[in-house]
Amino acid sequence: MKSILVERDVLERALGTAMERGAEFAEVFVEDRTMTSATLDQRRVEELSSGRDRGAGIRVVVGDTTGFAHTADLSQHGLLAAARAAASVARGGGGGVREIALGDLDDHPTRSTTLPGDVDKARKIELLMHADDVARSEGSSITQVQIGLGDSTRRFVVANSEGVFAADHQVRTRFNVSCVASGDTGMQTGYRPIAGTRGFEILTMEAVEEAARGAARQAITKLDARPAPSGELPVVLAGGSGGILFHEACGHGLEADAILKQASVYAGQVGQQVASPLVTLVDDGTVLGEWGYLALDDEGRPGARNVLIENGVLTDYMWDYLRARKEGRVSSGNGRRQSYQHLPMVRMTNTYLLAGESDADEIVAQTPRGVYVAQLGGGQVNTATGDFVFGMTAAFMIEDGRITAPLRDCNLIGNGPEILQRVDAVATDFSMTPGTCGKDGQSVPVGTGQATMRLTGVTIGGAS
Amino acid sequence: MSDLLARAERILEAANGDEQIEVYVSTGVDTEVQAYQGQIEQLSTATSSGVGIRVLRDGAAGAQVGTAWAGSLDDAAVAEALREARDNVRFATEDEFMAFARPDGVASVTLELTDDAVTTTPLDDKVAMAIELERLVRAGDPRIRQVDSANYSDYVAEAAIVSSTGVRASYARSGAYVSVEAIASDGASDETGWGLSAGRAPGDLDVAKAAQDAILRATRMLGSVKPASMRCTAVFDPRTAATLFAIIGGACSGEAVVRGRSFFAGRIGEMVAAPLFTLFDDPTDARHFSASAFDGEGLACRRNVMIEDGQLRAFVYDTVSARRAGTASTGSAVRGGIAGSPSAGCRALQVVPGDLDQAEIIRRVGHGIFVESLMGVHSGVNPISGDFSVGVTGLMIRDGQLAEPVREITVASTLQRMLLDVVHVGNDVEWLPSSASGLTVAIEGIALSGS
Repeated sequence: MKSILVERDVLERALGTAMERGAEFAEVFVEDRTMTSATLDQRRVEELSSGRDRGAGIRVVVGDTTGFAHTADLSQHGLLAAARAAASVARGGGGGVREIALGDLDDHPTRSTTLPGDVDKARKIELLMHADDVARSEGSSITQVQIGLGDSTRRFVVANSEGVFAADHQVRTRFNVSCVASGDTGMQTGYRPIAGTRGFEILTMEAVEEAARGAARQAITKLDARPAPSGELPVVLAGGSGGILFHEACGHGLEADAILKQASVYAGQVGQQVASPLVTLVDDGTVLGEWGYLALDDEGRPGARNVLIENGVLTDYMWDYLRARKEGRVSSGNGRRQSYQHLPMVRMTNTYLLAGESDADEIVAQTPRGVYVAQLGGGQVNTATGDFVFGMTAAFMIEDGRITAPLRDCNLIGNGPEILQRVDAVATDFSMTPGTCGKDGQSVPVGTGQATMRLTGVTIGGAS
Repeated sequence: MSDLLARAERILEAANGDEQIEVYVSTGVDTEVQAYQGQIEQLSTATSSGVGIRVLRDGAAGAQVGTAWAGSLDDAAVAEALREARDNVRFATEDEFMAFARPDGVASVTLELTDDAVTTTPLDDKVAMAIELERLVRAGDPRIRQVDSANYSDYVAEAAIVSSTGVRASYARSGAYVSVEAIASDGASDETGWGLSAGRAPGDLDVAKAAQDAILRATRMLGSVKPASMRCTAVFDPRTAATLFAIIGGACSGEAVVRGRSFFAGRIGEMVAAPLFTLFDDPTDARHFSASAFDGEGLACRRNVMIEDGQLRAFVYDTVSARRAGTASTGSAVRGGIAGSPSAGCRALQVVPGDLDQAEIIRRVGHGIFVESLMGVHSGVNPISGDFSVGVTGLMIRDGQLAEPVREITVASTLQRMLLDVVHVGNDVEWLPSSASGLTVAIEGIALSGS
């Protein structure tokens, strides 16, 4: 497979056509993606599925207006037709075909070592069966095990009228274990993901076994869960999945599209103390192998490490091409899209809180009563008000400084700007968790991370 | 015969004697306009097509199936998908219940779900609707500080399913929507509100109503407070109730049941809800935006009653989950586009309306909370255990009237408990672009978490 997907002269012609009605900017994004997935459910390999999607999205910017069209036809004919459709927003017309000359391709080969296509399908099935065995060996109360294995190989080339001409080759692999435990109190669930912007090499026997055991133990533990309390309590978030809190509570509000429309509580706050001094928040596309890693973003900008909040002070927002252009600056490498069928927008990559200096066990010991959250599920935020929720999928009471009874699943709710001020301890045990971020109908892989930390008060949405 | 059905038939001709093939093809034409500050912010036009292929082979202990898909209908892409699907078959576990759908003699209804006006309406008119929507929201109330996005979108989608087991089905649908998010401010804080209008074509849309809805929802939240925790009755408006109904519909999926992932498993015949609650799925009702003559396996859609007068009556099945349960498909296969395999699910849920309008329900409830929006549904509802805990915004109900706005709270219970605790069902049916229509519903005994 050629890394370029479409010849340079065809890309140049498509850009020229996209500009011919007087546009200020044009971009061609060509993508070729293959995916495979396998599901094991109750020890049955339900199906292996393979898919391939190829096409190009063409965008044209004139003034504050963006025109967009996409096509699965990668011939010159198909690309020029899409370029004309995208250009139709430029109603001023005139100018005729523009000459666009691209330089050398900035090519980023994958750094994965075991590519999905090189792994025998039978090997994948073996791994699924082994994980099932491990999960079931945790206890007879495990009544269901479902395991998913998926990989995707995404090659794209992006060229624009400002001379960007770059290609990336992104390989991602994921492995999820879901368990159901059954007991006198009903059924409970456990879940563990493994995911990385890497090839099959991340699925070591050790990692797979740990995920299977973790999911099974989580479900079994929750059989004894009591209803979560209702109302405001101190919360200790275990290192790793608590990073979703910062993704929701402030990450989305620091995306420049919301900022420029004055649709974020953080608009106009650069230089202000927006969080506890213990909070230093970073969005970092360069963390090699993490789920949100990218050599290039989907506009051809290199992934970058951007400090958003430093010691509690808001330092900057995240930017894509379009929003940066409006402000006369450059993109921060946060322009992402789900596929060639979507327009890029400002998105996070790996968003994490830097580790602190406290001891994780000490933080718990110094909490007389509260909730210890071992795993968070998904969340959601309203950027305009700052209100957010996120789900606890593994949580315990803290009583007299000790972790005690497991709690049933429920949501936490809070307000971003308020919660950021309530961080009163951050430990050293940093780790990251993979997730999928949805925004305006587009999903992209992201990483979140943090060390064990405490919030002085969060509303727990329990039923007791 | 539609062109798409003919295309699917040609792909099916590749089937060998020792295999069965199912071909699902789809095409779509989409337009999307976003207006901002009186201008077009984004205008997208797209046509797309794709194919999903499943190949099945019979073995000693049952059938194996392999699948593949491609985001294109060109010959090379289709041939590659077929090759991959065939290669994938041998890795599946032989399963005695695995099978493709066979025609079951149930006649399909004739539904007119496409309106040519989606394609014949000039693009300029569609752009004008988005711009007008934004203008109406900005001009409608001085407290509206910003309109984040005002959108017009429409689509025409077609699909065809054919199989070597005799299925031949094709269907088409169009849709048009306007939606807007308004941000209101009282100087101290901001609140947001969504407005929406949906139809089959641009002419069905009520732009003024969508604008008023967004304005009302944003402005009446101004000055919202976080109330103290309490246990009370919650009145869900039609939009939030539709979300609840869709979750309950999910627990009625025969697939969830046979996999042991529904809290309804093994409870057929039991009273699982209050006697005033009847829930059914009817894709043959053309008023539903997701109406369809055929299901995701090409069988005729039909009306299925799951909960009748509070009693759990039946689940909905696709072919494989029905075989596992020892019954027949109820024409309820759903599939998530070309990349998805069929599974059992509801697509056009309705709750039988009661006699009371929303104002009367609020009056009779007296004290409680009126729920206007939900947050964190995907993280806060566990369809297996039934645990329910979601973030809400809304208004307190005091003395039978809507009172102060409230936010940053959760409502919690279990789905099992909530169904039994339904105390009023409204008469205000609202057709929504989702798998469930909505109406006002009041549920008692809800734990409200605040400060």
